[in-house]
Amino acid sequence: MKDVNVDNQEELLKIMAINLFEKGLVKESFIEAVIEREKNSATGLPTNGVSVAIPHTDAEHVNKNAISVAILKEPVKFGVMGERSAETPVQIVFMLAINKKDSHLVLLQKLMGIFQNEEELQFLMSEENRTNIKNRLVNHLQIL
Amino acid sequence: MKKKQVLVACGAGIATSTIVNRAIEDLCTENNIECDIVQIKITEVGSYVDTADLLVTTTIVQNEYPFPVINARAFLTGIGLEEVKKEILEYLKN
Repeated sequence: MKDVNVDNQEELLKIMAINLFEKGLVKESFIEAVIEREKNSATGLPTNGVSVAIPHTDAEHVNKNAISVAILKEPVKFGVMGERSAETPVQIVFMLAINKKDSHLVLLQKLMGIFQNEEELQFLMSEENRTNIKNRLVNHLQIL
Repeated sequence: MKKKQVLVACGAGIATSTIVNRAIEDLCTENNIECDIVQIKITEVGSYVDTADLLVTTTIVQNEYPFPVINARAFLTGIGLEEVKKEILEYLKN
């Protein structure tokens, strides 16, 4: 999803989760669960470039491993992971649907590699073409 | 020396703790440290209070524990990673 325009975090998470649900990748319960989970245990990550977030929830709500990516027009505030009150303005959101332990280690490691790569984050922010973005991510994460 | 037990915890026990778990395994291997790494949900920490030596977590810790707690966000973002690795090694070596 490119140029997503939302007012707040909950609206964003809902749009992303419903999208995963409509594709059959997650159960309907994922939508509420991922929103609740973000409230209790924030996933915002300040990087050396733009801040990112990796909302996710328990495996029981997931049908199939998937990642949904949203690049936001305007940043949305997320809590910082592991912090009680800090917030960070997030511009790229990677919603993770993970259905089992261990199957996704390499993928997650590659994803963290992107977070540690300022140029790559900048590319995602500035590229206009969705297909280019998807191809670049697929290539980076070596999926499909 | 008794093997130390390191708890690696995140909210769901499947996403960020998987990354951190592997990173700590690698860190121990590189430094020839044997330890017992347990990947759990943050809500399960209570079951390990008597055995754990260290908690490394990406999520907020609500309770007080008798062992040190280290924030593991650096393993995800790379920011401050060397400092966190050093801190963990110090606990594991002593």
